[in-house]
Amino acid sequence: MQQILAITWQNLKSIPARAGTSLVAVVGVAGVVVVLVAVLSMARGFEATMASGTSADNVVVLRSGSSSELDSGFSGDQSRLITQSPYLDLASAEVYVIVDLPKLSTGTDANVPMRGVGADASEIRTQFRIIEGRMFEPGRREIIAGAGATGQFAGLQLGHTLQFGTEQWELVGIFESGGAADSELWADASVLQGAYRRGNSHSVIYARLGNIDDFQAFSDELTTNPQLSVRVERESDYFAEQSKALTTFISVVGYGIAVLMALGALFGALNTMYTAVSERAREIATLRAIGFQPLAIVVSVMTEAMLLASTGGVIGAGLAWLLFNGFTVSTLSFTSFTQVVFAFVVTPDLMLQGIVIAMLIGLIGGLAPALRAARAPMVAGLRA
Amino acid sequence: MSGMLRLVASNLGRKKLRTSFTLASVIIAFILFALLGGLSRAFTVGVELAGADRLVTTNKVSFIQPMPYSYLGRVQALDGVRAVGHYTWFGGYFQDPKRQFALFPTALESIGDIYPEYQIPPEQYQSLLNNRTGLLVGKALAELYGWQLGDRVPLLSTIYPSADGSYGWAFDIEAIFTGTGTEADELQAFMHYDYFNESRPFGRDTIGWLVTRIADPDQAESIAAAIDVRFANSPTETKTSTEAGFAAGFAAQFGNIGLIVQLVLACVFFTLLLISGNTMAQAVRERTGELAVLKTIGFSNARVIGMVLSESLLVAIIGGVTGLLLGSLFVQGAATAMAQFFPGLAMSAGTLGWGIVFAVLLGLVTGAWPAWRAGRLTVVDALRRT
Repeated sequence: MQQILAITWQNLKSIPARAGTSLVAVVGVAGVVVVLVAVLSMARGFEATMASGTSADNVVVLRSGSSSELDSGFSGDQSRLITQSPYLDLASAEVYVIVDLPKLSTGTDANVPMRGVGADASEIRTQFRIIEGRMFEPGRREIIAGAGATGQFAGLQLGHTLQFGTEQWELVGIFESGGAADSELWADASVLQGAYRRGNSHSVIYARLGNIDDFQAFSDELTTNPQLSVRVERESDYFAEQSKALTTFISVVGYGIAVLMALGALFGALNTMYTAVSERAREIATLRAIGFQPLAIVVSVMTEAMLLASTGGVIGAGLAWLLFNGFTVSTLSFTSFTQVVFAFVVTPDLMLQGIVIAMLIGLIGGLAPALRAARAPMVAGLRA
Repeated sequence: MSGMLRLVASNLGRKKLRTSFTLASVIIAFILFALLGGLSRAFTVGVELAGADRLVTTNKVSFIQPMPYSYLGRVQALDGVRAVGHYTWFGGYFQDPKRQFALFPTALESIGDIYPEYQIPPEQYQSLLNNRTGLLVGKALAELYGWQLGDRVPLLSTIYPSADGSYGWAFDIEAIFTGTGTEADELQAFMHYDYFNESRPFGRDTIGWLVTRIADPDQAESIAAAIDVRFANSPTETKTSTEAGFAAGFAAQFGNIGLIVQLVLACVFFTLLLISGNTMAQAVRERTGELAVLKTIGFSNARVIGMVLSESLLVAIIGGVTGLLLGSLFVQGAATAMAQFFPGLAMSAGTLGWGIVFAVLLGLVTGAWPAWRAGRLTVVDALRRT
């Protein structure tokens, strides 16, 4: 045991003498970890944004066969039938359209979602609150903008007038609600219907169940009604579904890159450790000659590899957190065809994942050189 | 010369393990480079496929808002316009609503005037025009779903009910077209606008957007402006851009994501180059003494430099080319698997070319410093050091 400690300490002290190669191994591992953590935190952030602000007793009703709110639709009669269901406490029949606004970052037009909402809408979104200005007044051509949208798209300042086609809208408030709604503009549903020539039709219905256990009963009531052809989903399921395509894509790309890169860094680590071992061939042979056990040598080399790799891992995870945590971007959601504003979330478990991968690289990268060092014939080593 | 090659080869073979690790990390770096190229191309494939002589006109408010059918004739009447086609988003899918594809109602009689690059066998085209429910399908799309000429396929729309009130629409595959060879434009299908328009219960006599083919690409901007002026201050104002501009604008909507993926890959690429470059440089550094011996026995400075450089170039180029080849295999595999969601994932000649340039650069840069030192080495110094 004492042997192991002594030789390991000796070994670690000599790292500065091999600063160049050691640094490269550390940088390589750090690179892998930064990339892995950053990409996964993007997927995690998108998922979290879509999931936040939802409530377990909320439901979303869409026309069956529609893929998202954008292509869903109900006639006025149908939406009345749905919103008047006895199972519901609150209901808001909403109109969902897209307006083009320039992105602040690039100046190019982006599909910004605009939602016409009913009176209950803000109560159904449990986290909804106005953070600046006031709520729009029903019947007037006024808009409120989500806090996420105001940071990403041009022209969304309190008091500004926005021109969509021939229609002018005054921006009277800025709201926060958590989730995808933060990327949206809201107006009164009936005003939006008029402006977009939607008659009295709606796109989607958001509602709060009176009792959380009534989901099945409510769903059965609607799906068995011959006048309706609808799909009823819990709000959380609907948003999870909506975010799946993009998060899967990002995760697959992220893990793919990370695995390839980890392989590359592994080869770098192997090279570093082999070099370290071969430069010290004579020293190791001498140690063996004076009675150090092969195990002590294996442990010392492994410790060096693990130390370098975990240093890289910690640096990488830290860098990813510094650079990316809270980094806000917007992208086109694959399913709704509209912009979703979200922030990267670097969670502790993602950072841990990165560090574990770093340790794995160190383990594999150190083991083979360590074994070789311990097994090398003593005589040849001394002669070297 | 052959003697020198042998020297280079035996130097590389001396530490086989190290050489193969270095080679492996270079290969991986270039696999990633190929993926990067493929991915960034996928985000911009629309721009690549765009015709310089085509303009796209959408509703100014948003491309999902329709415009009146009458706009077609009004644009047609403008100077410098060769042909105008109209399209509408149908939200079409086959069996799985999550896999919508581009299915557009259009005037099939004049589709060749707008997209002359689509090749349709004449007899198929004739029967397409004779059949109201005929469908023109891209080759890649037909292969994806296993559709044959003459098949009757039930498609569904996420938006429009058909005449019977259901969202199901029946079509006959009457013609299959081939595009420019990339899958992106062949993953489309076109139906007769009349069949669509007369069957749908709402939105009659509106269209989604116009594609205008102009006589002189140099006049693209002035004609685009003329179209928008034509409809200015009407209830439905328009926004016209070149097809490339429209595609670029759409790609920009993914904005940050595409950029981030590319930045990440670029970082990865350079980290790996750093790792392998360092090992390659180290391999030469270790041999300072030997280089001095070579000089003592009469090797010129130039030959020593050449030898060191060719060693690193050899590793970089072998690794680079292998990596690019493997990478393009990966990209091909991924393209087939993700054609539906991500058409246009492919390896372009540009990516390949840049890859080779980077490989050569890697070889030169990693070899340059040791080679320079080797060249300047005075024999006495070097021998003393060992």
